[in-house]
Amino acid sequence: MKKDQYPKMYLYKRIVQAKLYIDNHYANNIDLNDISDEAYFSKFHFIRLFKSIYGKTPHQYLTQVRIENAKLLLAKEITISEVCSIVGFDSVSTFTGLFKKNVGVTPAVFKQQQNLRNSEISTNPLRFIPNCFAETHGWVKNSNFEEESL
Amino acid sequence: MITKLTHVCIYVLDQDSAYDFYVNKLGFKVHTDAPMGPGMRWLTVCPPEQPELELTLFPVVEGSTFNKETVKIMTDLVKKGTFGAGVFTCNDLLATYEELKSKGVVFKKEPTKEFYGFEALFVDDSGNWFSLSQLN
Repeated sequence: MKKDQYPKMYLYKRIVQAKLYIDNHYANNIDLNDISDEAYFSKFHFIRLFKSIYGKTPHQYLTQVRIENAKLLLAKEITISEVCSIVGFDSVSTFTGLFKKNVGVTPAVFKQQQNLRNSEISTNPLRFIPNCFAETHGWVKNSNFEEESL
Repeated sequence: MITKLTHVCIYVLDQDSAYDFYVNKLGFKVHTDAPMGPGMRWLTVCPPEQPELELTLFPVVEGSTFNKETVKIMTDLVKKGTFGAGVFTCNDLLATYEELKSKGVVFKKEPTKEFYGFEALFVDDSGNWFSLSQLN
C-alpha cells in the first residue's frame, strides 16, 4: 500500500484497536476516557476520529454492541434481567428503553419472537430453506411438485 | 421482473470453521442455523447491514449434492482459490482491513486505489476470495 494513499495509517490502527477493545470488553464498565488515553488521543480528538470512521460516537457504538449481543442472548434460555447484566447495562429500565429505541420492540417482545422462530426452525426447518436447495440435499421427499400419495 | 437476490451459495470445506470465519471474524449475523439430521446443517449468514441477503455456507461433502469424485474436484478448486465469490463494501476500507487483519484474515491484495474507490482482496477459511471495496 502506498503511504500517500493513507497518510495517517497509525491513526487508523489506534482507532481500530479502540473499537476492538469495545468489542471485547462491552460487558465491563468501560470508561471511554481510558480508551482515549490508551489510544494516545485527547477525548475530543478520539471521538471525532472514531465517528468519522464508524459513523457513530464510541458511546453510541458501545450501546450498539451491547444491544446486538443482547439480541443473541435473548434468543436463549436466559432471563431479561440476566441478559441486561451480562451485556453491561446498569439497570433493566435503561436496557429496555435503549433496546426498544434501537430495535423497535421491547426485549420481552423480541425474546418472544425469537423463541417462536427457534421453535419453528426446530419443528419445520424446511419452511426456512428454499425448496431448490432442500431438494438438492435430498431433504424433500415430495419433490418435483408431485402430490403426496395417500 | 426480477426484484432482489436473496440467497447466494458459497461452497465451504468445513461448516464449523466457516461459521467461525464469517461470524466471529467478518462479523456477519447468523440468519438461519437449522440441524437437518446427522451431519447435516442448513447454515446461512448475512452482512450486518443486509439481513435480506443470505449467504448459504454450503458444505462440499459427499451426499445428495456431490459424489465422491465431485467432492475431490470441488475441494481442490475451492482450496486453490478458483472461486471469486463476490464483492463486499464497507465505509472505511483501511479501518476494516486493519480490523480483519488483526483477526487473522488473510489478504491476497492490500488496499489499493482504483478508479471507483479503494479495493482489497481477502480469502475465507476455505479458499474462496472476495473483494472488499470502499466506493467513491
